[in-house]
Amino acid sequence: MRIWVAALLGAIVAAFAASLALPWDVLHALWLRDGALARDIVVELRLPRALLALIYGATLGASGAAIQAMFANPLASPDLTGSTSGAALGAVIAAYIFGLASPFAMAVGAVVGALAALGLLLLLAGPRAETATFLLAGLATSALAGALTTLALALAPSPFAFYDAYQWLMGSLVDRSLGQAAFAAVPAAIAILLLARLSRPLDTLVLGEEVVQSLGHNIGRLRLWVVCLSALGVGVCVAVCGAVGFIGLVAPVFARRIVRGHPGRAILPAALIGALLLAAADLLTRSAPIGRSLPLGVITALLGAPFFLWLVAHMRWSLSR
Amino acid sequence: MSARVNAQDLALAGRLEPTSLDLRGGELTCLVGPNGSGKTSLLHALARIGAPSGTVLIDGVNPAYEPPARRGSLLCYLAASRDISWPLIARDLVGLGLPDGVPQSRIEETLTLLALQTLADRRVDRLSTGERSRLLIARVLATDARLLLLDEPTANLDPLWQLRLMDHLRDLVRTSGRAVLVAIHDLDIARRYADRLLIMESGRVEADGSPSALLTGGHIERVFGITASAEGWRPIP
Repeated sequence: MRIWVAALLGAIVAAFAASLALPWDVLHALWLRDGALARDIVVELRLPRALLALIYGATLGASGAAIQAMFANPLASPDLTGSTSGAALGAVIAAYIFGLASPFAMAVGAVVGALAALGLLLLLAGPRAETATFLLAGLATSALAGALTTLALALAPSPFAFYDAYQWLMGSLVDRSLGQAAFAAVPAAIAILLLARLSRPLDTLVLGEEVVQSLGHNIGRLRLWVVCLSALGVGVCVAVCGAVGFIGLVAPVFARRIVRGHPGRAILPAALIGALLLAAADLLTRSAPIGRSLPLGVITALLGAPFFLWLVAHMRWSLSR
Repeated sequence: MSARVNAQDLALAGRLEPTSLDLRGGELTCLVGPNGSGKTSLLHALARIGAPSGTVLIDGVNPAYEPPARRGSLLCYLAASRDISWPLIARDLVGLGLPDGVPQSRIEETLTLLALQTLADRRVDRLSTGERSRLLIARVLATDARLLLLDEPTANLDPLWQLRLMDHLRDLVRTSGRAVLVAIHDLDIARRYADRLLIMESGRVEADGSPSALLTGGHIERVFGITASAEGWRPIP
């Protein structure tokens, strides 16, 4: 496991450095003409973007692993449970209906939205639903949150609400500040570290709720912590960077290969893998040969959706064996 | 040293009437009763599952006030459900949730004891229900817990493994001085292995005594509606 963690940390450092340096020819040319401007571009534009990719990716990875462990379902993740859509809805309502567009107000709205979505999912599907029930409930929650987001934008006083919100809703790390990165980093780090502290009881959930209770863990409190911490981390990141899908689904699947399948112990490795995946996806958005940057959410969806389909097919194949 | 378990006024709303009992180390106690009589509820109350009222003291320590890291050395519970769908490796399942002090060698010994070495590296969700049962039992046997609570441990096991398991539990009780309470439906196994029998009916302990006394008295006829005959147990017409 240590080798894997070291390799992941190495890859994250490489992706972070690449995120600061690429495209290198532009930076190099600028450095030769105006060193101060080149430094400003790295510090003011590229550094927040690189940091936010790591923060958001790590949050999605850790939250995905914790939610999958809580629901005992490898298809659970913040986007498939509707919490990402719920967070986007909450932030849109705060910013466009109530006119509270400060980062803090949008973050509060997003956290409340994510909490509401996870609560609705628990209510609809129950804590240990069959995969089909779970996916249907998640789909319904996401669809409802998506429809309400569109409605909120349509009812917004500003006629430019749709246009303003479009790029943000597609997920983007562009033009964020160091202040925004710091604003997201604190709650995200708290959420990841506290979720990691729950890894042991989340592991024992494999044995069933009765056994977990007999070991002295409070099941209701455990679920509440997972829901609240995931909503906190994902909500704040969605408020700053918009909705990014599939990282929370994909990262835990790879992380569990490092920790021999333990759902709870996968939380920290999933955070590392999530950070690496989102940093890599952000590099891809800049490297598209179309002369402009692609929305981040589009890249993660293009890569994540086939993976999701493979996962469903793999589960079906496993069940038929 | 033999374990001492003292339960006072244990109750679970609507499922278990206030019940007090002592369980002694070195004694294998079997719990029998019809479906819905409260066997699982009594095990749950002793294991502090589902917020029961009343107190349990294990060697003078109340597990309700112990943190999870210490509670595992006081009691260990085997649930009746063998449904585990998460793709965990069998060896890792046996070590799941055990107290920190339990060495890996103990897990390997227990796997060997229950002839699970060849399954140890396979995925749990791909094992048969009987194999999963043996794995979950191995997890309970790998602990040092002073009180073992087992809900239908012989369910899903073939006849040979039912007898092997009960033989092992009896040996364990004799050599380690631990207290073991087993909810079971098979009255013949209870007669053969139990040092003490509890008969439950309608959420309370109806009779408490030696198997020889309780299985030949009128309790079984009245509680279960069956009677002993030359061919075994049969319904009372």
